[in-house]
Amino acid sequence: MSTPLLQVRDVSLSFGGVQAIADVSFDVHAGEVLAIIGPNGAGKTSVLNVVTRVFSPSSGNLKFASHELTRIQRHQVAALGIARTFQNIELFEAATVMDNLLLGRHRFAQGAWWQQVLRTPQLTALEEASHTAVEEVIEFLDLSAWRNSLVSGLPYGVRKVVELGRALATQPRLLFLDEPASGLNPEETKRLAFWIDDIRTDLGITVVMVEHDMSLVSSVADRVICMAQGKVLASGTAREVQCHPLVISAYLGT
Amino acid sequence: MKFDYNTRYRDSFKLLRHADQRIAYGLLLAALIALPWLASKFFIGELSYVFILCIASLGLMVLTGYTGQVSLGHAAFVAVGAYAHAWMLLKGVPLLVSLPLSGVLCAAFGVAVGVPAIRVSGLYLAMVTLAFSVIVTHVIGHWSSVTGGFTGLAVNNPVIWGVALGGPKAFYFLCLTVLALVLLALLNLLRSGLGRDFLGVRDSEAAAYSLGIHVSRVKVIAFALSAGVTGLAGALLAHHTKYLTPDAFTLVLSMELVLMVVIGGLGSLRGAVLGAVLISLLPTLISRIKPLLPDQIAKQFGLETFIFGLILALFVLFEPTGINGRWLKLRALVESFPLYRRDTFKRGKRYMKSERYK
Repeated sequence: MSTPLLQVRDVSLSFGGVQAIADVSFDVHAGEVLAIIGPNGAGKTSVLNVVTRVFSPSSGNLKFASHELTRIQRHQVAALGIARTFQNIELFEAATVMDNLLLGRHRFAQGAWWQQVLRTPQLTALEEASHTAVEEVIEFLDLSAWRNSLVSGLPYGVRKVVELGRALATQPRLLFLDEPASGLNPEETKRLAFWIDDIRTDLGITVVMVEHDMSLVSSVADRVICMAQGKVLASGTAREVQCHPLVISAYLGT
Repeated sequence: MKFDYNTRYRDSFKLLRHADQRIAYGLLLAALIALPWLASKFFIGELSYVFILCIASLGLMVLTGYTGQVSLGHAAFVAVGAYAHAWMLLKGVPLLVSLPLSGVLCAAFGVAVGVPAIRVSGLYLAMVTLAFSVIVTHVIGHWSSVTGGFTGLAVNNPVIWGVALGGPKAFYFLCLTVLALVLLALLNLLRSGLGRDFLGVRDSEAAAYSLGIHVSRVKVIAFALSAGVTGLAGALLAHHTKYLTPDAFTLVLSMELVLMVVIGGLGSLRGAVLGAVLISLLPTLISRIKPLLPDQIAKQFGLETFIFGLILALFVLFEPTGINGRWLKLRALVESFPLYRRDTFKRGKRYMKSERYK
């Protein structure tokens, strides 16, 4: 197989005496959907936060394509083509859905400050380009009904979709979804499964998701990693991982 | 109800999209231009002062309303702008150079304050900015060779291309022009990339980082922009007061600016203007009403402060979105008249708001 898109090597993260991640290594290959499962407190979200540079790992290496992730800063991650969503929706509450999605276009040209002040024709052209890209996302995720609504007035399920849309608007190569199905009803979860599949096959984006909903995981994930207490217990297909004795004991106790 | 039918994206970019908006704002502008020939000199002077406060309030709105950074020290930027402008005029710098230059100087001050101040947020940021403004007033009071110290500094009359603008009418137009330019520039900036970055930083820093926004840089830019605009207001204020003393730029002015943006409605330029109009006209209004009140109330000490506080408290309790929010609700009521639903603007409860890391 070709070189992985993301290489996580012996990454550890501790907060004082609490070790959130202990020597975790795994690869993410281009074009796959990888699911990370595990009981609460297993360190799944911490892995995600380390890769997106919210936290710096205590030790270990992170390599995305040819970039050493530990060398760059938190705000530079998006420029490499890594996008993420958050477990507890982090949308821009007092802004419209449109503005939220347009903010996803931050890493693309926005015009110089003087162009913004004077609203030059070039800037209008740039804004139109942003809107075109955002409308594609709106079309893809069926958000047109909410285009100009304030996020603060949206129901929970829609917010989840808007957040996914905002991540897609950055046109990433690698997309991290932190519990995309939490709080969604079965129909919404089913819709999400189709979207994740489309994101991978139609948009060509590699997806890594942290998820508890095994029906979603087994329907879309090519590979599953199970974590517990900061370590990787098992990896393989959803079925293999579910049947793994260590995984069963981690969930049910020994 | 109005429905937009846009065939191109740029149709939705227009500032005034509908005929009625164009007519309303056109009429407002025409009225403001015609006013100096209709109203008394005193009223024109008062209105110039209102415009100046509008500019300062717009400056603070960028920082507090759009970027979410509280500042209790904006009077310091007004002071720096005023003194810089007055000093440059004394040195013979022409007004058209000195006015923008004092704005730029203030922006530089904003960066100098912003870089250390953005390390903290919320209440602590308010304390830092407050301390900054105390320091500035102190320095102005003691740096007599430039500022005239506590004895004060006389400000040269405004002159543009040899034409004296000392009269209230000419000064009114100067203020109106600057206000209109500032308003246009901010409107454009805030609906473009930088304005969206401001919103992003205000509403969720975690998400802003994940989208590639350099949060601390955006905050410093907001500080600089806000300080620059406020400095412009300061420069104009120097002409309005004609004589500068450090005690004109105390905490009271900072608090008034904060009142303007909060009562106007955080996160809206219209709110900044409306808030400034209300707060700056309130003292005049109160003194007009006073004779009508019974003696026991009218002669009370600190009546103005009481009414200021009362209005703020009432707004925070009953209309947290400020005058702008009330205006939007009224407009929605009129536009959808027979079909208006009482709970249109009722906010739903929010869940899932824990674990916010920065």
